[in-house]
Amino acid sequence: MNEKENKGGNNDEPNKKFSIWDLPDVPMGQLPPHLQLQKTRVVCKADAPIHTDNISYSGAYASIGVDNSVHLDLFRDNFKVNVIRLTKEDMEFDMIGIDPALANAFRRILISEVPTMAIEKVLIAYNTSVVQDEVLAHRLGLVPLKADPRLFEYLSANDTPNEKNTIVFKLHASCKRGERRTVYSEELKWLPKGSELIKEAGQADSKPTTYTSFTCSQDVLPEFSEDPISPSEDKIILAKLGSKQEIELEAHAVKGLGKTHAKWSPVATAWYRMLPEVVLLEDVEDEVAEELVRRCPDKVFDIEDIGHGKKRATVARPRDCRLCRECVRGEGWEERVELRRVKDHFIFTVESTGVLPPEVLFTEAVKILEEKCERVISELS
Amino acid sequence: MGAESLAGGEPSTVEQLIDRQKLAAPIKTAVDKFQLVPEFLKVRGLVKQHLDSFNYFVNIGIKKIVRANDRIASTVDPSIYIRFKDVRIGTPTVVVDGVSDKLAPHTCRLSDMTYTAPILVDIEYIQGSNDQKYRREKRDISIGRMPVMLRSQCCVLYGKDEAELAKLGECPLDPGGYFVVKGTEKVILIQEQLSKNRIIIDTDKKGNLTASVMSSTEATKSKTVIVMEKGKMYLSLNQFTTKIPIMVVMKAMGIESDQEVVQMLGRDPRYSALLLPSLEECASLDIFTQEKALKYLDNKKDGRALSILRDIFLANVPVHNNNLRPKCIYVAVMLRRMMEAILNKDAMDDKDYVGNKRLELSGQLISLLFEDLFKTMITEVERQIDYGLTKKVRSSQSDPSQYLLRDSISNGLERALSTGNWDVKRFRMNRKGVTQVLARLSFIGSLGYLTKIMPQFEKSRKVSGPRALQPSQWGMLCPCDTPEGEACGLVKNLALMTHVTTDEEDGPLISLCYCLGVEDLELLSGEELHTPNSFLVMFNGLILGKHRRPQHFAHAMRKLRRACKIGEFVSIFVNEKQRVVYIASDGGRVCRPLVIADKGISRVKEHHMKELLDGVRTFDDFLREGLIEYLDVNEENNALISLYEGETTPETTHIEIEPFTILGVIAGLIPYPHHNQSPRNTYQCAMGKQAMGNIAYNQLCRMDTLLYLLVYPQRPLLTTRTIELVGYDKLGAGQNATVAVMSYSGYDIEDAIVMNKSSLDRGFGRCIVMKKASCIMNRRYDSGASDRIVRPRGLDKDRERILDVDGLAAPGQIIRPNDIYINKESPTETRDHKSAEALADMKYRPSMQSHKGPEGESCVVDRVALSTDKNNNMCIKLIIRHTRRPELGDKFSSRHGQKGVCGTIIQQEDFPFSERGICPDLIMNPHGFPSRMTVGKMIELLGSKAGVSCGRFHYGSAFGEPSGHADKVDAISETLVRHGFSYNGKDMIYSGITGCPLQAYIFMGPIYYQKLKHMVLDKMHARGMGPRVMLTRQPTEGRARNGGLRVGEMERDCLIAYGASMLIFERLMLSSDPFEVQVCEACGLLGYYNHKLRSAFCSTCKNGDNIATMKLPYACKLLIQELQSMNIVPRLKLQEA
Repeated sequence: MNEKENKGGNNDEPNKKFSIWDLPDVPMGQLPPHLQLQKTRVVCKADAPIHTDNISYSGAYASIGVDNSVHLDLFRDNFKVNVIRLTKEDMEFDMIGIDPALANAFRRILISEVPTMAIEKVLIAYNTSVVQDEVLAHRLGLVPLKADPRLFEYLSANDTPNEKNTIVFKLHASCKRGERRTVYSEELKWLPKGSELIKEAGQADSKPTTYTSFTCSQDVLPEFSEDPISPSEDKIILAKLGSKQEIELEAHAVKGLGKTHAKWSPVATAWYRMLPEVVLLEDVEDEVAEELVRRCPDKVFDIEDIGHGKKRATVARPRDCRLCRECVRGEGWEERVELRRVKDHFIFTVESTGVLPPEVLFTEAVKILEEKCERVISELS
Repeated sequence: MGAESLAGGEPSTVEQLIDRQKLAAPIKTAVDKFQLVPEFLKVRGLVKQHLDSFNYFVNIGIKKIVRANDRIASTVDPSIYIRFKDVRIGTPTVVVDGVSDKLAPHTCRLSDMTYTAPILVDIEYIQGSNDQKYRREKRDISIGRMPVMLRSQCCVLYGKDEAELAKLGECPLDPGGYFVVKGTEKVILIQEQLSKNRIIIDTDKKGNLTASVMSSTEATKSKTVIVMEKGKMYLSLNQFTTKIPIMVVMKAMGIESDQEVVQMLGRDPRYSALLLPSLEECASLDIFTQEKALKYLDNKKDGRALSILRDIFLANVPVHNNNLRPKCIYVAVMLRRMMEAILNKDAMDDKDYVGNKRLELSGQLISLLFEDLFKTMITEVERQIDYGLTKKVRSSQSDPSQYLLRDSISNGLERALSTGNWDVKRFRMNRKGVTQVLARLSFIGSLGYLTKIMPQFEKSRKVSGPRALQPSQWGMLCPCDTPEGEACGLVKNLALMTHVTTDEEDGPLISLCYCLGVEDLELLSGEELHTPNSFLVMFNGLILGKHRRPQHFAHAMRKLRRACKIGEFVSIFVNEKQRVVYIASDGGRVCRPLVIADKGISRVKEHHMKELLDGVRTFDDFLREGLIEYLDVNEENNALISLYEGETTPETTHIEIEPFTILGVIAGLIPYPHHNQSPRNTYQCAMGKQAMGNIAYNQLCRMDTLLYLLVYPQRPLLTTRTIELVGYDKLGAGQNATVAVMSYSGYDIEDAIVMNKSSLDRGFGRCIVMKKASCIMNRRYDSGASDRIVRPRGLDKDRERILDVDGLAAPGQIIRPNDIYINKESPTETRDHKSAEALADMKYRPSMQSHKGPEGESCVVDRVALSTDKNNNMCIKLIIRHTRRPELGDKFSSRHGQKGVCGTIIQQEDFPFSERGICPDLIMNPHGFPSRMTVGKMIELLGSKAGVSCGRFHYGSAFGEPSGHADKVDAISETLVRHGFSYNGKDMIYSGITGCPLQAYIFMGPIYYQKLKHMVLDKMHARGMGPRVMLTRQPTEGRARNGGLRVGEMERDCLIAYGASMLIFERLMLSSDPFEVQVCEACGLLGYYNHKLRSAFCSTCKNGDNIATMKLPYACKLLIQELQSMNIVPRLKLQEA
């Protein structure tokens, strides 16, 4: 009975003539619910999402006496990070209570500004394979290297390559007569002592020089002696060799940024999505409820028994919603279900290439942003 | 890597496809006959028409020609002769130092040879002199060398499997059907012509009704036209200078009675009424007998009238014993058809109707050429034998067979193939551009050459008729694939299943017709010819007689054809309107296979298809058992063909095999073409040929002048059946790009696309351009000296950087503009001065070859090959490779005629991304859709998106939805929903710049994109100062010469209209060719400045008093002087301004 009344009440309301005086008083310092909704949620309608932008102007609601400015302590109190999943390669975590601009800044920095090591220079001594020299070099460049870039320096144009800024690999693969084989990234051998290729000497009597000038071997460093540098994946196909074909080359990896070339990007990709929120605007019961459950490929909805043989749909796993919008498709459905996105709750995913663990990457990104901010402050002052 | 993964190790396209079908056989009520298509292509290949035609020539045609001219007899001593007993084409060989070696086509490509095989004859001849004569025989004498079509029966590649082909350096997917002449691949294009030996009723330029017959026999070619002028009929024949009244001709051929002519036309009084003016005219000329008529004709043509009537007039009608009656009947039939056309305009023939056309293929063209060359050779040999016999002193044992060894046939064939000029004087044939170089821009482009049909008309004619799409093209010629512009609609392409017939022996067929109740023409009176209950029977344009039960006769003939008692390409066509049964067995007709249906029930049943899948049945079995037959365009008119098995009615006689076969090979690459606006498919057909990708499996072993390759080609996610059939999935020319349809940055207007920099970094659209640089070392100058290559001397260290010690650039070296790659030196003295000893170094001047590539780009020497050319000169070829990543302005296109240039390249972090983290590779502006209406592209996007999410290649064959060869949008949407995408393919996207979601869902998914060969690097051009033309002193023209950018007439007009006079002055003179002249104000002519005397001088006035100095364009000064040289005096009148 109770329910019925409720329902009746709900149905009557839109028919009533709207009067502003009937609205309940909004407590001071708070937004009315519809504005609050606009401010905090993206509503994903069937045809287009609405209220997508972020209202960041501090005086946006000044006329109704609401302060929209950012307060550091408020942010400090509300900001939360929950790690959902963390493996060697990827990480999913929730970042709650942050502006999309900031979340996006982290994403952008992760993609293009966290430095890594990647092969930049390839000295090809011998290549009779079908893969052209420059294509092979390009492929090598894209191989992610398991080397902590924080231990290296950038190699600038007039620097000589040394143990501080260059990692040298060697690849020597050949194929026997009548066979064919594949060259994998595991065959890239790290040369901690630097290049072994000897430069064509200018003077005959001078000491033969190589393409690098290492003062000491890299593997004496404790970081590398335990965990030698190698490609982060073993089975990346570099080339295929036919009968009697051979590749001999030396690859020099340097530190760089993803914005110069995608090979220096430490992530396969990094992105976020806003937390889905699925709201049933009215009670969805019986056949309609079943229909709703059937419609959703992501199993967002469940059916609960409410007695008297009646069933009601509930939102069980809103987080799984991938926004196929099947539940709001068609006549009448948009009145029942509303798909929303929480504007300050970001489900952040970082897929590392294997260069560094994803959590380290993220902290690096934070550090870079911090650095940038400091630079801005110092420029301003 | 992409190339290899595409390549795979599968046995062959078609076989692999059969297996795949087996696994996923859908359950259907109708029998899935698609499997017949790969089976058909397996027996036929993609270019079977060329191969068949050439094979016919090699097996039958050449023998016929030689048999017809098998005797060379001396005119001096007729008992001395050479007789050809047999002729055949041997295996392709090359003769090196007298030893013949087997020749593979790839060797020819690499070393600029012609892929030829010897023409071998067996001969019998008389040897000896007056009293002692022996009959001798010789076998396997080579009379010349025949260029061999690749993959034809006499080619070494014939019947080879993939491994054997690989061993010969040949790509298994290469269809063959072309020739290799002097190292270049040449295709003989299919030539379209009007049918020979057929009556065509048409109107001439003046609007007069005509009936014309192009007669063509082995002996003669002629054109007979009967014209109706002012109600009277005339014959117009080239041999007669004026038009001849047709009744005079009839009388001259022995039909003296007017009544007989009227009877021959038929009983209808309307016909006799129409003939009346002609009869009256003849009477007014006072011609009533054959004698008089012949006399009349003889006056027109000095006494050869009868022989002209016999041999040239309607040459296709054979005349035995001077019996001209068949010709009379033929004329009567022509007249009757004309009168029908007068009474009923529909009876006119349509010249554009495909049934009235014949395609001339390589075999026929070569046989024409060979016949001419062979006859020329015979006359030549004859003359030589005679010369040998008339010589006073002659060796007693003269061997006439030695005269056969000559080069005229080999050279003639080779020249014709390499230039494309077909000059056969005997037939007054003079055609240009018959062959074309098989451009290897893309695999699909070269396939396109082999299906291309060249038109008979010249392209300039402004008529719409021949260009329009003919309904009779259905299933025979591709409706999409035609070029844009002047050749639009004239150049056509064959459809997938089209077959072009070759000639068939007609003797047995004629006697069969008589056996089946055709009443012989000889036995019929004029009256009986057109009795209302009988049909005429025409065989290859020849009247055989009449038949009283035409349907029965046609049925019997067809039954025999289905039982394979007569050739499968014989067509039987009952023309109810003309009351004629046409039987055709001639070559050049287009036909296609169809499933036979009895009373609407398909003869191909489920178990047949199962047997086909199990491999116990082949396509030929289907033909042999009468389940399938070939219909040509004419016979299609007697058939009721239903598209699908479910749509049959009891009247249905045939069922289509698959509807997508109406498209050709190139249009078959387009997914969902039936959802696109028609011209878009045509545009794609033109662009598909420019797309970069893989050329062939042997692409890296070839030495093409220009080669465009994609570094990572992919097979399309949304394929079609045609793609799998032709092997485009193995030699793809494009990449699957994730496309977001949205506007971004403003750099995407007018079809420009925005590209993701990271995608480019990772190899999207990366291509390799290989260019050939070659150099011939002239081994023998007149002086006896030769060119030489010297090791680098260290004179110019920087430019000689990449040279090896042998003086050639080494493979793998990075080459920059102006680097020397061949350090060649030529002797200074090339004439006289013969001396045996080696020349001193001083006698050589450097003539090294240096690289002229794009400035600032570094290329790589890919390969260096040494070979010898025909004159035994050393030939050095270098392949210089340049790998390019896409840059601003490079051209891309999807498969729906939607081309666009790269407008800007944007960092990945600025690119939008979806909720799943997918970042598009390129962004396309949505304004490309509404006006183009390429719905197919949208479905491709949906289909590919569903494809990547469920892991199955989706199909989009043309008209494939009902038969399951194209996925329906509904099904695709379901798949998308199942994988959490919206059914409409639109995703929620976050802006990469602000981080907020976009205010619209974005249509995003993979689309197969092609990179086209037009790249900015090859086109961009700018210049300030630069070279000038010697003659006019104006800047040079064109990018290649670093030319200036011209302010043309129209630009000049704009400037005039605007009034920017100083700008015009600057552009047209100061920046072009300013020149200071001395003008004599007295005489107005040009003087000169004498630098010694430091004064100006007029050479006409002989003084320097009134000389003015002014600026003039040099071209103007030149004009003045040139006019003066022609005795025109332009005088300049000067005024102070």
